[in-house]
Amino acid sequence: MSTRESAPGSTGGADVPGPLHGGPDDDYTPEQLAALTREELDLLGARYDSVQVLHVDPGPEPGSAVEKQAVRQVALTFALAGLTAFAAFVVYVGSGWFLPDWQWDITDSGWSALFTPLIGALGGLALTLVGVGLVLYTKKLLPHETAVQDKHDGSHFDRVTTGATLVGGLHNSGLARRKLITRSLVFMGSGIGLMLVMPLGGLIRNPNTGDPLGTTSWAEGVRLVRDDGSPIRPGDQVPGSLETVFPAVPGGNRQADAATMLIRLRPEQLSVERPRNGQEDFGYGDYVAYSKICTHAGCPVSLYEQETSRILCPCHQSQFDVTQGAKAVFGPATRPLPQLPITVDDEGFFVARSDYIEAVGPTYWNRERI
Amino acid sequence: MARTATAPGVPTTALGKAALEVDDRLIVAGPLRRTLNKVFPDHWSFLLGEIALYAFVILLLSGTYLTFFYDASLREVVYEGTYAPLRGLEMSAAYDSALNLSFDVRGGLFMRQVHHWAALLFVAAIVVHLLRIFFTGAFRRPRETNWLIGVGLLLLALGEGFTGYSLPDDLLSGTGLRIASAIILSIPVVGTWVHWAVFNGDYVGEYIIGRFYIAHVLIIPAILLGLIAVHLLILVKQKHTQFPGPGRTEHNVVGNRLFPAFAAKASGLFFIVFGVVAALGGLVQINPVWLWGPYNPAQVSAASQPDWYIMFLDGSTRLFPAWDINLPGDYTIPALFWPTVVIAGLIFTVLALYPMIERKLTRDTASHHLLQRPRDVPVRTSLGVMALTFYVVLMLSGANDVIAERFDISLNAMTWAGRIGVLILPPIAYVMTYRICLGLQKHDREVLEHGLETGVIRRLPHGEFIEVHQPLGPVDEHGHSQLAYGGAPVPKRMNQVGGARRAIRGFFKPIEEPAQVELEQRRDEHGLAAAESRELTTSGRPSDGGRPQEPRD
Repeated sequence: MSTRESAPGSTGGADVPGPLHGGPDDDYTPEQLAALTREELDLLGARYDSVQVLHVDPGPEPGSAVEKQAVRQVALTFALAGLTAFAAFVVYVGSGWFLPDWQWDITDSGWSALFTPLIGALGGLALTLVGVGLVLYTKKLLPHETAVQDKHDGSHFDRVTTGATLVGGLHNSGLARRKLITRSLVFMGSGIGLMLVMPLGGLIRNPNTGDPLGTTSWAEGVRLVRDDGSPIRPGDQVPGSLETVFPAVPGGNRQADAATMLIRLRPEQLSVERPRNGQEDFGYGDYVAYSKICTHAGCPVSLYEQETSRILCPCHQSQFDVTQGAKAVFGPATRPLPQLPITVDDEGFFVARSDYIEAVGPTYWNRERI
Repeated sequence: MARTATAPGVPTTALGKAALEVDDRLIVAGPLRRTLNKVFPDHWSFLLGEIALYAFVILLLSGTYLTFFYDASLREVVYEGTYAPLRGLEMSAAYDSALNLSFDVRGGLFMRQVHHWAALLFVAAIVVHLLRIFFTGAFRRPRETNWLIGVGLLLLALGEGFTGYSLPDDLLSGTGLRIASAIILSIPVVGTWVHWAVFNGDYVGEYIIGRFYIAHVLIIPAILLGLIAVHLLILVKQKHTQFPGPGRTEHNVVGNRLFPAFAAKASGLFFIVFGVVAALGGLVQINPVWLWGPYNPAQVSAASQPDWYIMFLDGSTRLFPAWDINLPGDYTIPALFWPTVVIAGLIFTVLALYPMIERKLTRDTASHHLLQRPRDVPVRTSLGVMALTFYVVLMLSGANDVIAERFDISLNAMTWAGRIGVLILPPIAYVMTYRICLGLQKHDREVLEHGLETGVIRRLPHGEFIEVHQPLGPVDEHGHSQLAYGGAPVPKRMNQVGGARRAIRGFFKPIEEPAQVELEQRRDEHGLAAAESRELTTSGRPSDGGRPQEPRD
């Protein structure tokens, strides 16, 4: 190659592939390749990919009974797939047009209840049949070949040459010698890194300001109301019953930690009742109020079995005894359900005497401290 | 270079010319040929990962469709859709849009159920694929990287499943979210801070559904997609493992070329997976959110279970004893922390590090491309079954209230059965599996040495009965073969070595004469009948039963 030649569009030199081109194109001329059959070419290419076809079990003989039967099977499968696919399309498009409406009504058990199942059955069948057809085709009509491909271990040549290129580049950069640049790079990297993760700081909020985990909407004089907002008098519940109550504040019945169970104990429960120390006067008469939020994982404890005085949480089966200050008596919960101190206001409705005196809901790291 | 029409090898058909045009520009013929010629080994268990991949494709397609209708907002709205029992109820916009998707979008319910079923299948296929990799030792060097990526994919799939499960904001998923909130709170020191960062405040707030949504449709799927791509690229680069067998070595792969056999079979499997999921989505109801009702923190339904893949954590939470740890300074480590964060963390750490642990303990650092049969590695197999037993006890405990109710067992008895079972069943499973593995190994050796049991009893002249064995190779004077075990299945029945005639054709009734088949097989020297006519005693055990005899002369 000579730099004095300057053909247009080139930087000089004849515009032909360089001497490093190489490869199978040098081994086989187009004439040689043209002389090979298709099978030979296939196997030749495979050999270049380290693949050797060891054995070919040819498919069924063309025109044989076996082939005809297999062709019929495969064609039938594909045809059925098409048929069911068209049927699914007709059901989807035609419902509400020339077929009954697809929209389901709770009273309806006719077409609209069949719409989704039909789409699933027909569509699913269509797709499955496509798959079955393909598998049948492969198994019954394609030649079965056994090929073997070599696995190559890592090449020593590649490792050494790549290593030389990498190390050479690093060496030329002089980073090993130019310590000042290395240090400034480390400093820059940590700074840029911190700057890039900095916006995540927007997610961080202080969970301790205002003690949101330890407080609820309950406060002195807040009425106990049902889900529909109606207040409750002591005579409203029969002994042994449980009612879920909420604080009479806006949105009180949607708050995650305010739900409370108002329980009227039966006389025989009252006789064995052992409230927690210092909470003997939290109830009112034969009424007691406990938080509904499980102290284990925060599910609403819901199932009250009055014969055993136990309240069961359906999530993890913690059980609380309402005659023992809602102590956890079985299951994974450790703490009793917090008790809400209640009394009756001037108009004779239940009110809270204060907020819960401890945090309701699941335990957390610094619960005892605030 | 100038080409003439007469130059050899120049395409003459339109398709050939088009292909030439493409290759002139993109130079893909070489890489394409290498891809088409790639050899894939053939075994049913290698399809499990494919099923997971296809389930993921279905999830992407159906999930994209769902986003057209879903509204990820906790804004309160009043339901006014088609489903009468909930009309007029206050609910979140998320739940409202999930209901509309189910009742007022043509085929929307079908799509939602397809998505849910595909999600269950996705995780299930990943887990079964993982078990296959584990029990056959396919994670050994050089495939540790892909094992780690696989464990990462499983974790992401669980996260994807849980975030998706929470999106409809129905009573069931809201309960799950509440438990997740409690689990986050239970983390020592940083729990409340993490909770405030995730929920943007106290439970439940107004942000969580929006955040879960973007995690579910963008962040986690993007990572999943990237990791799946790397997983497959590494697989292609390292080539697939294979079971030992004739002609199979550590340095080759025996099987089918990608084109056409493997490609056709794989596409067939894709359509079958798609078809089964579509049929499930239409025919088998899943997560009927309209029956659960909108989320309300004061309500819960009995028998609330998470999807199956989270159930083991629910189970461990139910079984763990009420052990709060009170530290000096009034700090508490809640009991909830251990069965959720710690157990899950331990399970997945041990799982991820297992290849390194095994390499350390066995000091086997060689590259392996041939798989092992589980029986040949009894310790690993027993460890796997032990872990599986632990997992299954936890999973069943996640449904212990349903079991208690259905079978009329005390709930507390179920809890105690789980607590005891989770401790004593895994060691029992270990010992049993170990013995079974050794037994299977012994039987393989026995068959190799003494031959197959033919079921033919022969009475010797002196009255002794012996069972005639069919040796698998040449025998010495005692009737013993000297065949080495090569890690491949050993035939155990006569018809596996061509000892039985083929089955009579016909599905409901035979369409050929059994006698004809018998004759045909005899002609081709197949089957027991043919063997009998070939003088069984010379090919089988010697007529003396291999016993020492008086020397003949």
